[in-house]
Amino acid sequence: MHKIETKEINLHYGNFHALKGINLVAKENTVTALIGPSGCGKSTYLRLFNRMNDLIDNVEISGQVLVDGEDIYGRRVQVDDLRKKVGMVFQKPNPFPKSIYENVAYGLRVNGINDKKFIEERVLSSLQQAALWEEVKDKLNKSAFELSGGQQQRLCIARALAVQPSVLLMDEPASALDPLSTSKIEELIHILKKDYTIIIVTHNMQQAGRVSDYTAFFYMGTLVEFNETKIIFTNPKNTQTQNYITGRFG
Amino acid sequence: MKISINQRKRYTQNVAFWVFRLLSFMVVAILFVILGFLIYNGIKVISWDFLTQMPQDGMTKGGIFPAIIGTLYLIAGSMLFAFPVGVLSAIYMNEYAKDGWIKKLLNQMTGNLAGIPSIVFGLFGMALFVNKFGFGDSILAGSLTLGLMVLPVIIRTTEEALKAVNDTFRHASLALGSSKWQTTRRVVLPMAFPNIITGVILSIGRVSGETAPILFTVAAYFLPRLPHGIFDQVMALPYHLYVIITSGTNIEESRPMAYGTALVLITIVLIMNLIANAFRRYFGKKVKIS
Repeated sequence: MHKIETKEINLHYGNFHALKGINLVAKENTVTALIGPSGCGKSTYLRLFNRMNDLIDNVEISGQVLVDGEDIYGRRVQVDDLRKKVGMVFQKPNPFPKSIYENVAYGLRVNGINDKKFIEERVLSSLQQAALWEEVKDKLNKSAFELSGGQQQRLCIARALAVQPSVLLMDEPASALDPLSTSKIEELIHILKKDYTIIIVTHNMQQAGRVSDYTAFFYMGTLVEFNETKIIFTNPKNTQTQNYITGRFG
Repeated sequence: MKISINQRKRYTQNVAFWVFRLLSFMVVAILFVILGFLIYNGIKVISWDFLTQMPQDGMTKGGIFPAIIGTLYLIAGSMLFAFPVGVLSAIYMNEYAKDGWIKKLLNQMTGNLAGIPSIVFGLFGMALFVNKFGFGDSILAGSLTLGLMVLPVIIRTTEEALKAVNDTFRHASLALGSSKWQTTRRVVLPMAFPNIITGVILSIGRVSGETAPILFTVAAYFLPRLPHGIFDQVMALPYHLYVIITSGTNIEESRPMAYGTALVLITIVLIMNLIANAFRRYFGKKVKIS
């Protein structure tokens, strides 16, 4: 069974046909990169998996999105539970205006966990996993806004990890960061892959090449090509894909 | 030839600039003239006794203590009603209501409510609270009437405060499996709080200054004792001012009292505005919202 699978997904924003019959699978503990020019539907596609598209009015979705074999748009699915299982990291670091500690603890608290010791342990392990612990261990009660942009983004990763998802969605997680912070995030993705299934949207071809095992190229709402990253980057079957990754358009 | 055109252009610009500058200074000047006028005429009667004593001798002597207390009661009463109702409806409109005709209607109606003249609120308050509900002329009736009047102010400022919170924070919270209400309560409201409070304080300024809504619902002409409960009448600063200017037993003699009362009233409003500003500046720094 695949960790994640979409079958004939069509998505409309009002009259706009944003995703056109997307079929795609992702294996457990792999990194899949979604690439393509702006407006191609890759972010919309990413937001299917934790149903963030539900927040927009006038969205219509048909087809199936399966996580661990379960249709997450099924009637019995609770969105809150789904989002615990499928975490998300956003484009711009968006820590809450709370302390570093409370940022990481947030997901636990809203899910009804009050055991102080448990939260403490989870905050610690999440910060460690996000490779931020050493930098913040002495200032856990300081505001998250005192951290640098790169640290804030790793804090957001820790915050997502704290509720122990098994899938991690990343929407251009490094696009607002400097090169050094970017490489830290990329290293982190490599490590996190052992425990999580990761789907990452990126505009940066080199980044897709560096971090992902599989790459999906989107263009105007269709999935043009999907394959192992090394094949996509060395021997794409589609000329559009080739043109895009070699920088001839997009 | 060319040079002279440029000179003229610059000259025109300078003149226009000075006109604008003078006009904007004029706004400040007007405020200071009013303040200066009130201080000049009213400061003589301001004393500890003036602030803490009952009116005496047909309101030509003594103090304005019951009017100050009455105004404070009305502020508290109207806010107890308008704050929860206003904030909760703004939360509904901004966080829950989907774009559509219901939201449009609510917005339109809030705007219309804000446009109703305060004397009409007074009339309505009298008909509904005083007579229909049988509260009589009372703190309760007056507070509810004042509360209705400032409801649109609180709704609007709260909505603006909520809108100023960037959606990315809502998304981050929802993506962690929290419900909409948890997101609103734990993330959005704390971030919007300074601006919400600013709106509340501004509406307190309005409540303490309005005469028309309390005219038929609570205000007492002369009541040399403090109220015992919410069904009692009270004196209030703006109405007291009106009374001693227009219909006191000896209008000429109570004139200084009038200036003193006006000074107290405007001081309360100014202090409220200062608190609002300080509040926004202090908490605005702590919370980065977009």
